[in-house]
Amino acid sequence: MSTETLSLGPEATRLEREPSSRARGRVLVVVPAFNESARLRNVLQAIHRQIESTADILVVDDGSGDATSEEALRAGALAARHPFNLGCGAALQTGYKFALERGYDFIVQIDADGQHDPSCLASVLAPVQEGKADIAIGSRFLWTGGYRSPIERRVGSWLFGQVATLFIGTRITDPTSGYRAMNRKALALCASDSFPHDYPDADVLINLHRAGVVITEVPALMHPRQGGHSMHRGLRPLYYMFKMSLSIFVALLRERPSPSV
Amino acid sequence: MPLRQQIVAIAISLGILAVIVELVRKRRLREEYSVLWLLTGLTILVLSLRFSLLQALTKLLGIALPVSTLFFFGLVFLILVSLQFSVKISRLSNQVQELAQRNALLEVKFPEIARSAELASSPESERRD
Repeated sequence: MSTETLSLGPEATRLEREPSSRARGRVLVVVPAFNESARLRNVLQAIHRQIESTADILVVDDGSGDATSEEALRAGALAARHPFNLGCGAALQTGYKFALERGYDFIVQIDADGQHDPSCLASVLAPVQEGKADIAIGSRFLWTGGYRSPIERRVGSWLFGQVATLFIGTRITDPTSGYRAMNRKALALCASDSFPHDYPDADVLINLHRAGVVITEVPALMHPRQGGHSMHRGLRPLYYMFKMSLSIFVALLRERPSPSV
Repeated sequence: MPLRQQIVAIAISLGILAVIVELVRKRRLREEYSVLWLLTGLTILVLSLRFSLLQALTKLLGIALPVSTLFFFGLVFLILVSLQFSVKISRLSNQVQELAQRNALLEVKFPEIARSAELASSPESERRD
């Protein structure tokens, strides 16, 4: 019993102060971070300014060698720390598991490196909160006047966007976008074993669609990376193309995942 | 098969069998993994004791030389073993991920765990310095 009161501590008091948030459901902002201690503070402050105290922030520190989780705690966020690096997909999944365990109704995930502009948090979350979709994806390509990513990245996004659009039936322009909002139905599916542990992508969307999840896209502002290493460099795009084609092929071979998992 | 060759083959297969049994006895090798290895050792032993069996098998499969039959089955066996290892490793990495995530979630729930883990590891690292 004591564990329950302990875990509900900060969230419960915050909810009582914010009756409006209870009506619309509890929201968790999931921020996967790997060696981002330098930029994390600014990003978390920007998120704080957007959500004020209507949502909790969970930073998932994916086994960073620097002070990422300490930085997160100092900024007033919750921090879950992997003992070693598990990959972006696994970090997100830890966030999903946390949200499911603690009874959050919605999550919105945003990158810790400042690429996703926190000013779009509310608009990414809106379709899910209003019950119009189970997953909302923030698309940089729907945002007019946003930054243009390198050509090879655009080709990859376009190609797998077309593939996803073909199988899902809804227009998907930015399948690689990690700026997403989800409700509990989508969370339960993503927290199951079938979720890939590297970057979640078009194959995951196709899988989710087959399980009856409604997916929609909203425009979102994204910025070019400031420093750090992008995961798409060198031969990685080639490997990515191959892996994604294989994942989509295998996803279509599998039985339909059931939402009850 | 020349006698010298036969003696070498028998010695090697007996050696393999002895090493496997010893590893299982010391619990360094789990029984479930030992089955494939024991089968290999026994096969080599039987084939070196009864060379006619290997010759018959070679003829049956249409292979030119008995030596090629041995190489062929050796290769098939190695492929099977590494496939079994790949399957096992995939399962183990899923389990490790699950454990690491559970650990991370527990640390959020009970911050004392994270702090006591740090305390437990810090004096050790100082000593190492």
